[in-house]
Amino acid sequence: MIKVNGKDFQWEEGLTVQKMLEKKNYTFPHIVIKINGKYIPPEDYQTTIINKGDDVEAIHLITGG
Amino acid sequence: MNVEQLKAAHKLLAEYRYTPAKLDRGYANKSLYINLSENKIEEKVVTETMKEKFIGGKGFGLWYLWNAVTPETKWNDPENEIVISPGPIGGITQYPGAGKSLVVSISPTTGSVVDSNVGGYFGPLLKFSGWDALEVQGKAEKDVIIFIDGNNGLVTIEESPEEAVDSHLLGEQLTEMFADNEEDKRNISVVSAGTAAEHTLIGMLNFSFYDARRKAVRLKQAGRGGIGTVLRDKKIKAIVVKFRGVKGNLNNVADFEKVSKTGIKLHKEIYNGDDKQNKMRLRGTTFLVGIMNDYDLLPTNNFKFGSHPKGKEISAPKWVERFNYTGKSDGCWYGCTLSCCKVMCDFELKTGPYKGQKVIIDAPEYETIAGVGSNCGIFDIDYIAECNFYCDTYGIDTISFGTLTAFLMECYENGIINKEITGGLELNFGNKEAAMELLHQMSRGEGFGKIAGQGVRKCKELFIKEYGADANFLQDIAMEAKGMEYAEYLSKESLAQQGGFGLANKGPQHDEAWLIFMDMVNNQLPTFEDKAEALHYFPMFRTWFGLVGLCKLPWNDIVPEDNGLTDEPAKVPEHVQNYVDLFNGVTGKNITKEDLIAQSEGVYNFQKVFNLRMGFGTREYDKVPYRSVGPVTEEEYLSRQERYDGQLKELLGMDPEGMSTQEKMAALRKYREEQYEKLCDAVYERKGWTKNGIPKLETLKRLGMDLPEVVEVVKRYL
Ligand code: SF4
Repeated sequence: MIKVNGKDFQWEEGLTVQKMLEKKNYTFPHIVIKINGKYIPPEDYQTTIINKGDDVEAIHLITGG
Repeated sequence: MNVEQLKAAHKLLAEYRYTPAKLDRGYANKSLYINLSENKIEEKVVTETMKEKFIGGKGFGLWYLWNAVTPETKWNDPENEIVISPGPIGGITQYPGAGKSLVVSISPTTGSVVDSNVGGYFGPLLKFSGWDALEVQGKAEKDVIIFIDGNNGLVTIEESPEEAVDSHLLGEQLTEMFADNEEDKRNISVVSAGTAAEHTLIGMLNFSFYDARRKAVRLKQAGRGGIGTVLRDKKIKAIVVKFRGVKGNLNNVADFEKVSKTGIKLHKEIYNGDDKQNKMRLRGTTFLVGIMNDYDLLPTNNFKFGSHPKGKEISAPKWVERFNYTGKSDGCWYGCTLSCCKVMCDFELKTGPYKGQKVIIDAPEYETIAGVGSNCGIFDIDYIAECNFYCDTYGIDTISFGTLTAFLMECYENGIINKEITGGLELNFGNKEAAMELLHQMSRGEGFGKIAGQGVRKCKELFIKEYGADANFLQDIAMEAKGMEYAEYLSKESLAQQGGFGLANKGPQHDEAWLIFMDMVNNQLPTFEDKAEALHYFPMFRTWFGLVGLCKLPWNDIVPEDNGLTDEPAKVPEHVQNYVDLFNGVTGKNITKEDLIAQSEGVYNFQKVFNLRMGFGTREYDKVPYRSVGPVTEEEYLSRQERYDGQLKELLGMDPEGMSTQEKMAALRKYREEQYEKLCDAVYERKGWTKNGIPKLETLKRLGMDLPEVVEVVKRYL
């Protein structure tokens, strides 16, 4: 298990930020990712691995409206 | 079109000559007052106190309206006003999104004070003509136009019997009539409504601008609250402003370099970042449709559901294929590089009085697509575009029309209304022909369209009284609060968004607070205090745009590349600083980001007291229909059973096994309704209001809003 925005989420071997976003269907363009408090720039989403037990924040910024 | 003939039929009723004021630090320091009952035209001085306490835009509108009406004034009384004001930053060309006007009036649907913001060139041209605000009171006997010539210092009221009423025609006629030549057309802006605004209560105002590249008049809308209906009730066909000579520093700002530098920074950011972020320049706000569908937030079938498999058919890629691009930006005022205003050219109409004609459409924005589209169960972009065109030209608010039609469809499907009552319209979800005919009936003032055009609240009351509808069910599914139809976001899973809608001063309009992602997806606002803080900050921040004349989209639809690294990314701190710099650069004042919020708080509390003065504004008026809070029907519950069962377990500690759906729904409802009440308590507390939603005297004092007339109203409630 990992945490995504404070809620449990199923972990799997080789889970990258990109894969996590796809699995969550997080298609919003303005997302800030932090893993255990560390900021991950968008160009690293494909290569950054999420480890079991990590605390991931996928902060969607306000937009539209 | 023979405009000479139209013009020859005009009869001059009043004329006023003036010396146009040169702007000083964003202000003309004068406003224009017109009374149509008396054919009176006057100027008023804008005082330092007004600028200090009310800033401009919506603030000026509220102040003038407050002084014009009594607690007994109804929307169609002559003393009701339409006030249009752009604010001190409005009109600058250095920073994206500075062409907005705020319109204030007593609303036909809410009965209280309403404000609506709009692009188009009218506000800036009005200011450059020497007026910080236009205040129109009284009622004409016959159709009139008001013409403001900012170069020659002339204001006239003219009877205008021959012009069209529908905006796409009227805008063209008046632009042609008052322009000296093709080049001059860009110096003209027309405010108008349309034929349906005459026969319904949900009329809106079009503010025009001339698109020189496409050689066409385009329209932006002040949609909310029925102000177009007020315009036509006053027998105003149009208000026209003409000003030649827009250039870089007409606002005569205090620190041009500061304003200019701040603008260049954002222009660069948009050029470098927009393609990687929301792609507003390509897609406009249509990009939100697909996203809302993905996150289960796209209103579908009268806000029952938040997504639909056909959502893709009305999402951005489908629109992009149909938009007309010229390779240049499509902003609604000079200098808006974010340019979200998309266009569809040569669109052939399939229905209505203009059937077969090819027209230019200001392409649907997110709210329209969700409102007249998914929320009515219609996933057809040609229908949505045509409906958008007719709503615009007839002068109907697309949000209200969408939410209203969706409500009628649910009533129809539940047998509350039937073919006999609707005069043959089969208003099932998805029936686009019936929906379109309803709109045409509104324009003609005929049949069921005339009844429907009274808005959701009045239809609800009528169906209960006349057709024996179950009052509780209708109360739950009628998506209105304070008499205004809901804007198009599904708020069921975000308590903060429920509050954003329910607690908004004017009614459930998203421009005050849009917190779904922060609350529901990010889980960033776990406590009531967190939610209350967000429901304090964001409405105040967004209110400010309406005080100064700015569009909110360039605040957060594009963000600096390193925004994610800041302490509070949701606030976009660098852009907040931009606004502080802009205000100081224009006015020469020295406000901080905290002062910016305090400016809004003052006006916001004034608006709240205005509501109280008009007999509204206490806690009971912040109630919302249960459809915006949770699942009303078994169909809704079962469609997301896993989610709701999970909530019963996690939040209420109940075991859903063995409970009937009705029992589960009742338990969840009790919980959700209690949560909403607790939220109200927390927000009132944070705002410095009593439990009944009344601003405390110390709050008004802190904000410098303890004017004797304000205190007098509040004291009655304390
Ligand atoms: S972002 Fe869009 S609505 Fe806002 S000012 Fe620019 S063009 Fe107009």
